[in-house]
Amino acid sequence: MTERVALLVGTRKGLFVLDGDANRDSWTVRGPLCDGWPLHDAIYDAKSRAIFAGGGSNWYGPAVWRSDDLGETWTHSSEGITYGDAAEKVTTIWSLATGPGGAMYAGVEPAGLFRSGDGGATWAHVEGLTNHPSRPEWQPGNGGLILHSIVPSPEDADRVWVGISSVGAFETSDGGKSWSTRNKGVRAGFMPEGQQYPDFGQCVHKLVMAADGGEHLYQQNHCGVYRSTDGGRQWEEVTANGLPTEFGFPMAAHPRDPRTAWTIPMTEPDAGRFMIDGHAAVYRTNDGGDTWQKSTEGLPQDNAYISVLREAMAVDSLDPVGVYFGTSTGQLYGSRDEGRTWSIVADNLPAIWSVEAALVD
Amino acid sequence: MADVHLPRSLVALFPGAPRRLAARGATVAEVIADLDAQVPGIRNRLLDAGPSIRTHINVFVAGQRATLATPVEADAVVHVIPAVSGG
Repeated sequence: MTERVALLVGTRKGLFVLDGDANRDSWTVRGPLCDGWPLHDAIYDAKSRAIFAGGGSNWYGPAVWRSDDLGETWTHSSEGITYGDAAEKVTTIWSLATGPGGAMYAGVEPAGLFRSGDGGATWAHVEGLTNHPSRPEWQPGNGGLILHSIVPSPEDADRVWVGISSVGAFETSDGGKSWSTRNKGVRAGFMPEGQQYPDFGQCVHKLVMAADGGEHLYQQNHCGVYRSTDGGRQWEEVTANGLPTEFGFPMAAHPRDPRTAWTIPMTEPDAGRFMIDGHAAVYRTNDGGDTWQKSTEGLPQDNAYISVLREAMAVDSLDPVGVYFGTSTGQLYGSRDEGRTWSIVADNLPAIWSVEAALVD
Repeated sequence: MADVHLPRSLVALFPGAPRRLAARGATVAEVIADLDAQVPGIRNRLLDAGPSIRTHINVFVAGQRATLATPVEADAVVHVIPAVSGG
């Protein structure tokens, strides 16, 4: 059976599946799926061959959707995704991830984590995170108080990192019972001088794990790009090594080379939050953030005041790696050469909130 | 049995479910519990924590806006209607 890439594109108005040919050259669009629900994330679980999509309907609340036939038919569930009848209401799902041992995680708004051991049919609140002593002081970012990044260890089922806006990164190494802040070295530039390196309160935008797993992480933050080689115990800012601004949302890591990653710098928060000077560009590092290379070939360079949200960049696992990003104005761009040159994959979709590249039969 | 009318957007989430069905219950809460027995999962789409009817869902019993505690007569007509919202 020939493997091909299917792009899972979560939008403000449903999921779209883009079926690629063997060369990642032409794409067939299917959708809108999931009955047009707003979807913040969609992932593919290679083990079960299921697509999962998470979001929330204005009318019918949050749910995790599941398809076992690449999007033809769907079920959905929010059973157990609640903080309890007396607590605040969960409004939407923001992020999904699978971990070792069949574990599945959902990050929600208001920020919290839920775990499923049965493929998304039922969920249980990971209370240890909500019970963290810092919880009463958590403050929302512009997008709300959201748990948007979930990074399970590929090896250790008890170890998970999460990113919350605008609270920062946390890690558990005991299956979610207890959590530690992982924000040392990360700047909160919006705080008064002398208070810009707090224990928590940083505005992480996207947290990803490098290919060597376990300890090597990258993050795009409201205030710069950072790397850590010790599981987030200490972060080092790498913005000044060639990135034009410190602001951006997405970050993606190479599936095999831990020193290669991509980000999309945008104008600062008070200056539009779109591509700089209307020139679309993606930046790549091949040395762990020591230097950055700008790529623009194939991307619009005239009046391209487009923006890319935190979940809307993805990589496939082919060689060379394919890199994809979607814009909040419905364009999807792809690169078959690890981000050196680009072409448009789809246009005129609804606002794109998430992109995932699945390798399917 | 109440005569329950469901909106297209809700029924679409449960392939095979009818737009109109009979449900048993002395209150709206009980009617929704019976709906959930017939269409598993439908309760979670209609009710939020509390429990309460979701903010943008309206339930009418015999033409009157209802809450979960509203009594339902044996032959009442119940309409579930999504609020006008979105964009």
